[in-house]
Parts: sequence; C-alpha cells; structure tokens
Amino acid sequence: MEKIFGRSAGLTELPFHYCPGCTHGVIHRLIGEVLAELDIIGKTIGVAPVGCAGFSLDFFSCDFVGAAHGRAQAVATGIKRALPERIVFTYQGDGDIAAIGTAHAIHAAARGEKITSIMVNNAVFGMTGGQMAPTTLSGQVTTTSPYGRDCALAGPPIDLPKTLATLEGAVYIAAGSVDTPKNIIQAKKMIKKAFQVQQHGLGFALVSLLSTCPTNWGLSPVDSLKWLQDNMLPIYQMGEIKVTGGAAAL
Amino acid sequence: MPKVLMKGNEAVAEAAIRCGCKLFFGYPITPSTEIVEYLAKHLPQAGGTVLQGEDEIASINMCYGAATAGARVMTASSSPGFSLKQEGLSYLAAAELPVVVVNVNRTGPGLGGLGPSQSDYFQCTKGGGHGDYRLIVLAPSKGQELYDFTMEAFDLADRHRTPVLIMSDGFLGQMMEPIELKDPPAALLPPKDWITDGCEGRTKRKIASYSLTNEIGEANNLHWQAKFEQIRQTEQRWENFHADDADYLLVGYGTCGRIAKSVVLEGRKRGLKLGLIRPITLWPFPEKAFANLEKVKGILTVELNAGQMVEDVRLAVNCRTPVELHTRLGGMLPSENEILGKLTQVFALPAGEV
Repeated sequence: MEKIFGRSAGLTELPFHYCPGCTHGVIHRLIGEVLAELDIIGKTIGVAPVGCAGFSLDFFSCDFVGAAHGRAQAVATGIKRALPERIVFTYQGDGDIAAIGTAHAIHAAARGEKITSIMVNNAVFGMTGGQMAPTTLSGQVTTTSPYGRDCALAGPPIDLPKTLATLEGAVYIAAGSVDTPKNIIQAKKMIKKAFQVQQHGLGFALVSLLSTCPTNWGLSPVDSLKWLQDNMLPIYQMGEIKVTGGAAAL
Repeated sequence: MPKVLMKGNEAVAEAAIRCGCKLFFGYPITPSTEIVEYLAKHLPQAGGTVLQGEDEIASINMCYGAATAGARVMTASSSPGFSLKQEGLSYLAAAELPVVVVNVNRTGPGLGGLGPSQSDYFQCTKGGGHGDYRLIVLAPSKGQELYDFTMEAFDLADRHRTPVLIMSDGFLGQMMEPIELKDPPAALLPPKDWITDGCEGRTKRKIASYSLTNEIGEANNLHWQAKFEQIRQTEQRWENFHADDADYLLVGYGTCGRIAKSVVLEGRKRGLKLGLIRPITLWPFPEKAFANLEKVKGILTVELNAGQMVEDVRLAVNCRTPVELHTRLGGMLPSENEILGKLTQVFALPAGEV
C-alpha cells in the first residue's frame, strides 16, 4: 500500500516531547516540510537559543547550533557570513527575540542579514514556567504579573514584526497563527516564502507565529486555542506585514 | 627579513590576516580600536569580512557562529567591552569553539581610563564568565610578540578547540615598534571534522552546551576538565631571564615583564643577582618555571593591578619562598629604580647592593 502521509524528512525520528497541546510541534512540522520541499535539508543550519525553542536542535534533520539566550541572530549572522551559500535560520521564542535578543533582532534586520527568523509567540516565557514576556497581553496573569499585566508598570506588549518591518533591510515580515487548519496552511506559505527570500539573497525575513502554551496558561489544549483566538489575534497584526519588491515576485 | 614600523594593535591585525583569519566581528573601544580599523581596511583585500556588531555581545556571538562553521575568526576589545564578552566566552568554552579574542587591557573598574593596565588578569585567567572553564591566555610583551603570538593563538585555538585570549594593554597596543612580518608557522592541526556546515553527505551534527540530565552534565564537565588539565600540562610557556643563578627573582608579564628585564640587567650591574620569570601563558600559569629555583631567597611580582598574578606565583612556589608585590594602578607604569627600591626594602637588602 502506498504511504501517503508520514513524518517529514526535515524532522528526525525523535518524538516531540513538548507539553500536550503546545503548538511548537505544528510549527516544527511546517518548517520540516518546507526544508524538504525546497530540498535544502543538507545545506541548512538552524540556530536555536534558550527556552523551549532550545529543544528544537534535536528535532530537525539539518545541522543545528545552540546559542545563548537572545543571541541566535548574532550566531546566525556569524554562520551566514562564514558560509554565504548555506541557508541559515533561527527558531526563537517571543521572550527570547523580543526581550533579551531585541538588539540583535533589530540589527540583523537593519543589516538586511540574509537569514530567516521564525519567532514563536505564546505571550509568556514558557520554559521557565510562565513569566511575563514583552508579548504578554494587557491584564494577562503570569507568575510575574500575578495581578495581570499592568501596562502602567510594564508597558503594553511589543508587536515585534511590526517594529522590524520599519527597517529597510527587512524584506519579508509576516505574522501568522497555527490555531486552525486554514491558518496552519497560511503559516506554511509564509515560512516557505521566508526561506525563498534567503535562497534568492534578498535580505532579512521573519515569520512570527502565534502559538499556545496550555501548561503555563493553565488551560486545556482546546481552550488554549480559543484563548489565542479571543485574546492574541485581535492584538497582534496578522498577515504579510511587509513584502518588498523581490519577495513579492516569489 | 625587513621590518615594518607599526603599532602593536596593527601587528595583531596584520598577523591575523596572514594566518588565514577571514572574519572579524568587533566594536570600537579605546585602546583596541586600531585592530578593527586596520582590519576594516585590509581584510577585505585578503578576501575576508569585517562586520561591526551592534555591541560586544553580538560580536562575540557572531564569532561563535563563524567558528561553528569552521572559519578562522577573531574579535578584539578593551576591558569594559571585554566584560560584555564573558557570556559568549563561557558558551564558546563549553561548545569548544576556536576563536581568538584580544583584550587590550585598560584601567578599571567601571569605565576607568585609557592607560595601560593588567587589572583583567583574574577575569582572563580564572574563567570570567559563568561555570568552570579556563581559556588559554597569551601575554605578549612587545610588538613582535603581539604579531607572533596572534599567529600562535590561532593554532592553539584550532589544536585544542578552545577560545584563546591575547592579553595586551594600552601601552603595547599603541606603541609603534619594528615588526618582522613572518609567515605563519607550519603547524599540523587536527581536521575540523566537527563543524556544522550543512549535513549533505553525512549525518546531522549539532553544537550546543545544554544538558538537563545531571549525569550528562557531570560527564561534560569532567570532559572539559580533562582537556584543561591536558592543556595545563602541555602548554605552559615562559621566558627564563637570568633566573637560574638568581638570588632574587622578579615575576612580571607583558609590559611589566619588559620593564623587569631592564631591572635585572641594572641590578646585576650593581652586584645583585637578579633574575626574571616572565609568564608567556597566563593560563596555564607556568608553575613549572618555579620548580628548580631552590636557591631563590625572595620573589617580587610586578603587576599593573592591585595584586592578581601574585596569588598564582604564591601557589607555584607553595610558600617555599617569600613572595612580595609591587604594583602601579590606574594607568601608571613602574620605573626601574622604583622596582629596585622595592626589592631593597621588602627583602631588607643592604643599600649598597643596589
């Protein structure tokens, strides 16, 4: 019998050990499929920093480098400058890329660094147990905002893709979600384009994806998807935020 | 071979180009800036790239990335900037990545001043970042050594898969001296069969320093410690300057080692049998240099800090010999007479001897 669906060649055989209902696995799968479809597994190097994203080193079948918290885009820059013909991507959580790594995110985009960044936004620091992130919503309860995020104290959440889109070197900036099959298909298209932008040497590309964290949100997997739809989707700008000339032609 | 007059910082940069460094990531800071400036001008002509990072943290992490890709890579900074590199150095040590890092030491703590200093000795030799690790630290004392040791640093880094530090100072970096632009040594180095440059035609590799299993964490640490011990046994370097028959010994490195040489010659002219041990590797500290100096009556270490290397000298002689300290701080240098005077005072030498 013909096998019509299996594990993507872009992923290793190792079973995901993310928490039940966490959508990291979905995003991994999409990236794995894109690596396989573009036939770039053998020439791709991934970089993942600290946090749950740090587990991803073992799940992708391409070479992978572990970076310090927030430093993935600086590390990716070093790799890309050493090996300009290779495909280099970072896989970072929102707590990583939008807090401790902000300077590197902005400057990688400003330089038009020819790398692809995948940002996974679940509105908390996941691995450390659900602390407030720069992306935590106003009023959202976390372990470090136990009375809800007070914007007078901590400021409103950062919409990083929008911020990066203002920089000339950023040629493709998109934001999607993996809460429904339709959005998952859309997210894959964005990821694919972000890698194609790099293949064509056009400049910096980033895809931000809204993701669930049932464990730290204290919700069931199904309720987490609903929470994301009700609370995160209205706040964060969705869709292809910036598609410059060359990227639009892809 | 004809010599070229150049600043110490430029000698470092020229040596890096000539021994195959293709990537430099840095951020300007006095008194190290000529390194990035010289490379920005000359490295592209040699087929390399200089990228000015958004900060020191970015620069050291760019080095980390380039090293995982197998490139010869360098960064340079001065004390406050070098502090910012400590996180990256800890990760580089754990991931066992060859990178050459130059610290043109200026004064501290805080912003400090631009004068020569050796006050980053602890930070360079004892780890500096988090966790148990050591880095090879080379201490040049003149322009030619800045050139030679830079080439040596790249080979040591590749041989041991470790970051290597060059501890210079504002005096050495800024001073112009004639430099012989030698070819790189023909070193036999291990193949870089561990790099992550894309897994086409081989199995996937990863480079990381993360372990959530304590048993694996301990095994990793034992592996690193075994490597540090092997380096400790094999890579101690020093210069023995009239030390074998010395009654009193000076210990100084870098700029102080250079001044101390003049003190030894001047002391001997005056009938005092002085010698010098000049550490060339600050880590591993050259404890072997002190093994057969039984007749030495006293040791004076000379440092541009409040007394940091003196601790390693005391450990090396294991309290067999009295060890005293002479220091200048905040960018000042000691004079020969000052050091001779200190020797006379602390070891109660007859004034006539000096």
